[in-house]
Amino acid sequence: MSHRFTPLIELTRARIREFFREPAAIFWVYGFPLIMAVSLGIAFREKPKTQITVDLVSRDGMAPIQSFRDALTADGRFTVRELTDDSWRKRLRDGKTDLVIIPPQAGGSEAVSPADWELWQEPRRAESLFARQAVENVLMKQQGGAPPPIQDQELSEAGSRYIDFLVPGLLGINLMGGGLFGVGFVLVDMRVKKLLKRFLATPLRHGDFLLSVMLSRLIFMLPEICALLGLSWLLFGVSVQGSLLSLVAVVLLGGFAFAGLGLLIASRATTLETASGLLNLLMLPMYVLSGVFFSSDRFPDAVQPFIRALPLTALNDALRGVMLEGLSLAELWRPIVTLVAWGIVSFAVALRIFRW
Amino acid sequence: MSPAPLAIRCRQLTKTYPGKPPVEAVRGIDLDVPVGECFGLLGPNGAGKTSTMEILEGLLPATSGEVEILGRHWGRDDRAIRERIGVSLQETNLTDKLTVGEIVRLFRSFFQQGLTPDVAIAQVALQEKEQTRFGKLSGGQKQRLAIACALVGDPEILFLDEPTTGLDPQSRRQLWDVISGFKSAGRTVILTTHYMDEAERLCDRVAIVDQGRVIALGSPRQLISQLGSEHVLEPTWQGELPPEEELAQLPSVTKVWHEDGRLALSVAEPHRALPALLDYTRQSQRELASLTTRHATLEDVFVTLTGRHLRDGAQSQS
Repeated sequence: MSHRFTPLIELTRARIREFFREPAAIFWVYGFPLIMAVSLGIAFREKPKTQITVDLVSRDGMAPIQSFRDALTADGRFTVRELTDDSWRKRLRDGKTDLVIIPPQAGGSEAVSPADWELWQEPRRAESLFARQAVENVLMKQQGGAPPPIQDQELSEAGSRYIDFLVPGLLGINLMGGGLFGVGFVLVDMRVKKLLKRFLATPLRHGDFLLSVMLSRLIFMLPEICALLGLSWLLFGVSVQGSLLSLVAVVLLGGFAFAGLGLLIASRATTLETASGLLNLLMLPMYVLSGVFFSSDRFPDAVQPFIRALPLTALNDALRGVMLEGLSLAELWRPIVTLVAWGIVSFAVALRIFRW
Repeated sequence: MSPAPLAIRCRQLTKTYPGKPPVEAVRGIDLDVPVGECFGLLGPNGAGKTSTMEILEGLLPATSGEVEILGRHWGRDDRAIRERIGVSLQETNLTDKLTVGEIVRLFRSFFQQGLTPDVAIAQVALQEKEQTRFGKLSGGQKQRLAIACALVGDPEILFLDEPTTGLDPQSRRQLWDVISGFKSAGRTVILTTHYMDEAERLCDRVAIVDQGRVIALGSPRQLISQLGSEHVLEPTWQGELPPEEELAQLPSVTKVWHEDGRLALSVAEPHRALPALLDYTRQSQRELASLTTRHATLEDVFVTLTGRHLRDGAQSQS
């Protein structure tokens, strides 16, 4: 018996060669996620929220109360813009200003009651509400109330920025796309080309074949994940709070679950169109629901059990648990069990119904 | 002397594809292919050749019937059979990005024993293309590579489904040499084709398949001689065709049939039939438009059996 040629190694090597000879594939797998991470990271680079834009409107040609304006300017947090017409409505609507202040009509008197002040705000914007509180404070001080002594303290814990939230989500969608397309699409392509049938006509073991598809996926995945994590660490200081070993375990588990789903989708589809339709049908809802770009907690409670059961939600929760909260795998048992279940069930069904 | 052991044996093979109505692709085929024979399944597209081949190759389950490959059965000894057969499908698009050498090496890894990749590549004369990627090969080179992948496991039986369809004459001849070489080593070949010249040239025996059944079986020579005569006259006349019965009575004419609105005459001795045909034309006051004489082919066998051509629009070669 000659062991010079091992099907598992030869098949994996062939897949890797094919992959690296396809420049477009390299871009989509490696370039695209990195570009996405960097551009989103830059777009959502959060500066501390200190500047408040307010419009000070004076009606009927009357100058606003001098002392109030001085108090606002002296505060330093406010950018004050003085207007005499109605353009403030549009500015407030467009988010160009956070709050509009219309002082009382009778300008001369210093002793005005706060009830005479009009404060226009946009209650759906946090900045607007914040601006209202700040302006109210200035007015209160002017009324003569001395504030209790306050010492300012700032919380700057790692993992609380948007980029920290985003990177695990991007890792999640990469694992999903890689597993589903990297396994599902590739297998259907081989079926369309009759390559699966050609392999079936040889003594190649089915297990060896499927294992090689998974193994090659895994090998493509490693540089991708290292690049994404490395770059977001270098550029944005995103770090992993939990153990790297746990992270590797979650990544492998996610890759396994989505490879299983990819295999399931590929088990019967006979055209690339069917396959990509099914893959997109599976992926698009998860892009939105599974907490990639924003937390899935924002969806109503009624649909939460469904969202929690999605494999990408489970993967993102587990990744964030390890990366942001430094949780152990045991503490993350719920998403981990969900992922294992998805992987095992889809593999079992796929192997049963797979057509060569 | 005991008969040669059988490489392939099948009995009452049927294949019905479910559907409305169901398609009966294979309707009871019996085959015995002894070891060392080159056996051809000849028939038009849709005759059931590929279904039959895929059942024999273990790629498609038969609806009913028995198949034995080298004395073994599909479903029991699959891996053992697959170690000993080489398959070339009707079309396989191997991966464009891999080179000839890489693809053959990959296929070699699937078999316990076999040729070294270099030897398999040399057998199909692709040494110069070893570093070339599949996507850059010509049609004939791709087909030769497909056969190298079938040969690399050093098979006892080679299954070739339409190995030369769509190839230019030179590529076809190169492939014929490869197949003849394999056969001359005492191995068994079973191939499908709708080229009668290919069947006549390569095959020891052919089965003519039509509508899922074997309608004639024998060596190409035997089948042609069943026509009763080995020559064919194809006269055409200005105006109306003469009645078939009158032509059938001419000396040495054994059969008359219609072919694409013309008449063809099967003739044993052209030197007797030809003068008689010319006399008949003159006496019946007709005018000959053209006259072709040629050797009978398997195409003629098929046409006389079914009234149809092997290939749509295919013309007999003169």
